[in-house]
Amino acid sequence: MGFNLDQVFGIHADALLLRAKRAEILASNLANADTPNYKARDINFNALLEQARGGATAGAKLPLEVTHADDVQASSAGLGRLQLLYRVPLQAALDGNTVNAQVEEAAFAENAVKYEASLTFLNGRIRRIMQALKGN
Amino acid sequence: MSLFNIFNIAGSALSAQSVRLNVVASNLANADSAASSTGQTYRARIPVFSALMSRYGDGLATGVRVAGIVQSQAPLRSRYAPGNPLADKNGYIHLPNVNVIEQMADMISASRTYQDNVQVLNTSKQLLLNTLRLGQ
Repeated sequence: MGFNLDQVFGIHADALLLRAKRAEILASNLANADTPNYKARDINFNALLEQARGGATAGAKLPLEVTHADDVQASSAGLGRLQLLYRVPLQAALDGNTVNAQVEEAAFAENAVKYEASLTFLNGRIRRIMQALKGN
Repeated sequence: MSLFNIFNIAGSALSAQSVRLNVVASNLANADSAASSTGQTYRARIPVFSALMSRYGDGLATGVRVAGIVQSQAPLRSRYAPGNPLADKNGYIHLPNVNVIEQMADMISASRTYQDNVQVLNTSKQLLLNTLRLGQ
């Protein structure tokens, strides 16, 4: 039976990377909660995860940006360039800032819990492999 | 690793908010500093924040910085106090344009944002520690 570590970890390896990236984006929104004209950003997590997974399954991988003739295309799927979207503001602020600290806090907490969830799944799978290897 | 960047992002926010708290403290301390002419009177200071943008041009903010501290353009207060040793020849003393209520609200806002960012730091630290323990 073939044994591929990438397949063992499944979606959770990609999910962890995306979750970490999203945590960074949400943290910069919170850091700029009082910056005039700053627009809150976020990513479409599901679409990006689909794209990252697509490389492994359907061959529709995210292309790396080619800026030089000698640049090579990566053969494996990856996160590539993230498409950052703008959050629709709930309430307009006079200084042009669209960060709503409560919304960002909630999104950050949700993101952290889901990161932990992926970690737990990964831990479970690693434990299963170790069990199979040790045979007890 | 994105989660490590959060330490820089939230750290920059912490220092920006503490600059803001410092400015509020100095405004409040000088709320009643009288002077004999409008040129010598203390004017309320206002910190101006600006987002630090990623050098890759992907629109992601990598933190916040204090772009500068400007002086408030609000009119100064004058009070008739001929007994005051600082009174000018017409018997007036000139008081700063510090609005104490506004400063208190600003202080609470700065303190809340500071707390938000400390929370972000703690959560990220926990996530990183859990990631380090992956498979153990």
